[in-house]
Amino acid sequence: MKHGLRWFWAALISVLSSFAFAASDSTWEMESMKPDLNDVESLQRGLALYANFCIGCHSLQYQRYERTANDLGEIPHNLVLENIIFTDQRIGDYMTTSMSEEDAKNWFGVAPPDLTMVTRVRSPKWVYNFLKTFYVDESRPYGVNNKVFPNVGMPHVLLPLQGISEEVCYGYATVDVLDRLNAFDEAQKEGVTDSIDRLQGRELNCPEIRVIPDSGLYSVEEFDQAAFDLANFLHYVSDPSRQQRKALGTWVIGFLVILLVLAYFLNREYWKDIHKDKPE
Amino acid sequence: MTDSKSNPVTRRYLLLATSGVAAVGVVGAAVPFVQSWTPSAKARALGAPIKVDISKLEPGEILGPIPAWRGQPVFVIHRTQAALEILEKEVDDLADPLSKKSTQPDYAVNGWRSVRPEIGVYLGLCTHLGCSPKYEPKVQPEPFDSSWKGGFFCPCHGSKFDLAGRVEKNLPAPTNLIVPPHRYETDSVIVIGEDMEIA
Amino acid sequence: MTESTNRSGFISRCQAWIDARFPWTDTLDRHATKYYAPRNFNFWYVFGALAFFVLILQLVTGVWLTMSYEPTGEGAFGSIEYTMREVSFGWLIRYLHSTGASAFFVVVYIHMFRGFAYGSYRSPRELIWLIGMGIYLVLMAEGFFGYLLPWGNMSYWGAQVIVSLVGAIPFFGPDLMEWVRGDFVMSEITLNRFFALHVFALPGALVVLVFVHIVALHHVGSNNPDGIEIKAKKNEKGVPLDGIPFHPYYTVHDFFAIVVFLIIFCAVVFYAPEMFGYFIEKPNFEIANPLKTPEHIAPVWYYTPFYAMLRAATFPLFGVDAKFWGLVVMAGAILIPAALPWLDKSPVRSIRYKGRISKFMLGMLVTSFIVLGYLGTIPPSPFATFVAQVGTMLYFSYFLLMPWYTRREKTKAEPERVTG
Repeated sequence: MKHGLRWFWAALISVLSSFAFAASDSTWEMESMKPDLNDVESLQRGLALYANFCIGCHSLQYQRYERTANDLGEIPHNLVLENIIFTDQRIGDYMTTSMSEEDAKNWFGVAPPDLTMVTRVRSPKWVYNFLKTFYVDESRPYGVNNKVFPNVGMPHVLLPLQGISEEVCYGYATVDVLDRLNAFDEAQKEGVTDSIDRLQGRELNCPEIRVIPDSGLYSVEEFDQAAFDLANFLHYVSDPSRQQRKALGTWVIGFLVILLVLAYFLNREYWKDIHKDKPE
Repeated sequence: MTDSKSNPVTRRYLLLATSGVAAVGVVGAAVPFVQSWTPSAKARALGAPIKVDISKLEPGEILGPIPAWRGQPVFVIHRTQAALEILEKEVDDLADPLSKKSTQPDYAVNGWRSVRPEIGVYLGLCTHLGCSPKYEPKVQPEPFDSSWKGGFFCPCHGSKFDLAGRVEKNLPAPTNLIVPPHRYETDSVIVIGEDMEIA
Repeated sequence: MTESTNRSGFISRCQAWIDARFPWTDTLDRHATKYYAPRNFNFWYVFGALAFFVLILQLVTGVWLTMSYEPTGEGAFGSIEYTMREVSFGWLIRYLHSTGASAFFVVVYIHMFRGFAYGSYRSPRELIWLIGMGIYLVLMAEGFFGYLLPWGNMSYWGAQVIVSLVGAIPFFGPDLMEWVRGDFVMSEITLNRFFALHVFALPGALVVLVFVHIVALHHVGSNNPDGIEIKAKKNEKGVPLDGIPFHPYYTVHDFFAIVVFLIIFCAVVFYAPEMFGYFIEKPNFEIANPLKTPEHIAPVWYYTPFYAMLRAATFPLFGVDAKFWGLVVMAGAILIPAALPWLDKSPVRSIRYKGRISKFMLGMLVTSFIVLGYLGTIPPSPFATFVAQVGTMLYFSYFLLMPWYTRREKTKAEPERVTG
């Protein structure tokens, strides 16, 4: 490509590199969490936790028990029927909840959402952090609030496992906070209401939560693992063919590379005709 | 410019090799599309084994309403002692009396094509073109056969089966009625779609 | 020996039988073995073949998806998940189709850029260019209607926003909007008609247009990176001196390109089918909810440059509100390339021999298009809107100033024969 559009490539690269920055408007600093779909034991524990604590309200309406059992290390079906399915559902059924929508609306105001694809709508990391950041807040109907999903209308279902967790708040006297308060006054003068709401948010000065020791069945590490297992399991459920897809992809691309080599030499062989009689 | 000489032999081999590999690729690419037509998990879940209760099924009767397994009608019949005697004697007119060409689990290869002599379980679809035969258990002259000994008659193309689902000779249906996999959970409950464990 | 001559005798007799009844050999000659393409095609010339390949891919996977899709408000979202989870290889077919949609736009945008750079729209190829613009419009509509079908929340709100654009048309806008939706909101009725358009009407139109595009191209002959007419210099047999038969030279060439394309394409399909939310947006994993807008609505990336221009129109003009001007700007931006054959007054076709201003303007066009594309994906902010306004000006200036700068600038002399 003697006349190759070099200037074009240069422009393209400079533009693409400017995309590197990304915006995030979450105030809570989420812990990182990397799902591991090869950890079958974690997925199985996640399934058991889900069956015990979650499926009473949150269905996985696009996923079948049978598929789940087969994918998570070929769990024998009778084990699933005995330990995972507490209703009269069959192994081939969808993992639906036994709670009716009407009851749900009466109890919670809204029907708890289906979670089949929650990790695709949010992320596994979000689910992990969500499960870990419930804290006592008497102003809320269930006495708890959540850091990554403020004012969530859901009780802390895993409380018996995690124990009671409280916010750790620091005083208002830090320079940072004073700055913010000044900004708050300014904003109020100018009548900028949405920034007032944001500055009044309590999460500004309560950057941590702490679990009261021995208030739950699990230690902090054990509970972290449980939250991980659940998020990991939901990550599997969100796209159950993910592992199969990646495995197949390796074969397909390997095959295409072989074809690429052949196609390259075939093309070169034919084009010798053309390059041969090219005026030098 | 030595390497820019074209070589007809190399070219031929390269062309063959590339076409061959590409053809494999095309076949490989077709696999998912072909495979996607096989019964999906939903179809398989709907086709899961069914349980039928035969405690109220009297001799000479067929279980009603006809149960469906994988969306297909299943005939569960209770044969009378007289019918069993006929099955034993009247074998000359049958196309496949020993069920050699027909489809059934190993435990149904016998004179009455079932686990228990008096209870027969058959897919209610003619092996000719898939119509559902009628249950005509009585030994009496019928419009379609003056010497009818009881069995199933397919009104579509006139195939006749005895009460063990065995087809008569020289009729359109080539083989006996299919026996689906089934097992007895208890004396009066049959699970259709699951094989009997052979002890 | 005799056997092989017999066999070839049989084949040639078959061929003669067909040729007497259908111009089979004639068609092959005209479009492949005796279609003389310029010998100097470069990298940028494979994207037409790639677009054709992706079209076939989309048609095949689309037919297969239709087999398990349910065009109802109740069932659409679930039927996609059914395809993804329960149909054997349904996930593969679905991801091929969803990634194919983006790939289609990638190759079509590059194919169009190639036309911009080498003046492929100039006489006598104006009609090829206009048919191509038709293909592009149909493709945009096809993508838009198709994006509603999964009935995810972004499907729903994206369609809602775009259909609301129609409402910006003065006087009969609101009625027209209702007519398009067939309801007072986006609903199953809308879904049904979008489905019909996406799977029957528009693919049909696309196939016809692509066919006509190729017939027109093979009638006038291909342009090339030098922008000179190869038919001007022919040998005694009437074959252009710089022309080579499309088959086998460009068939092996394009085959190689398709394999390269497939490797990149499969890497996305198998390892990142959502493409980090650019090919399948996160809110689309939630079922359409008319009462809950996603926090940030952005169309799929291939519309975002135009979406950014739409949003850039923020002030009323001549007593008509900004919403209408946004629509005008967007429609204008999409349609203006159709005018290129008549805007370009340069004595040369190819960017290689055009002057510095043309090169600068083309670089600026591409840059502003990409920047606008990015801006269309992020939430609006005063700064982003300002940049989008500048980008919009630059985008339009490429076209509107073209008659001036192509006439004014100094061009280089075109070569007698093709180079490279």
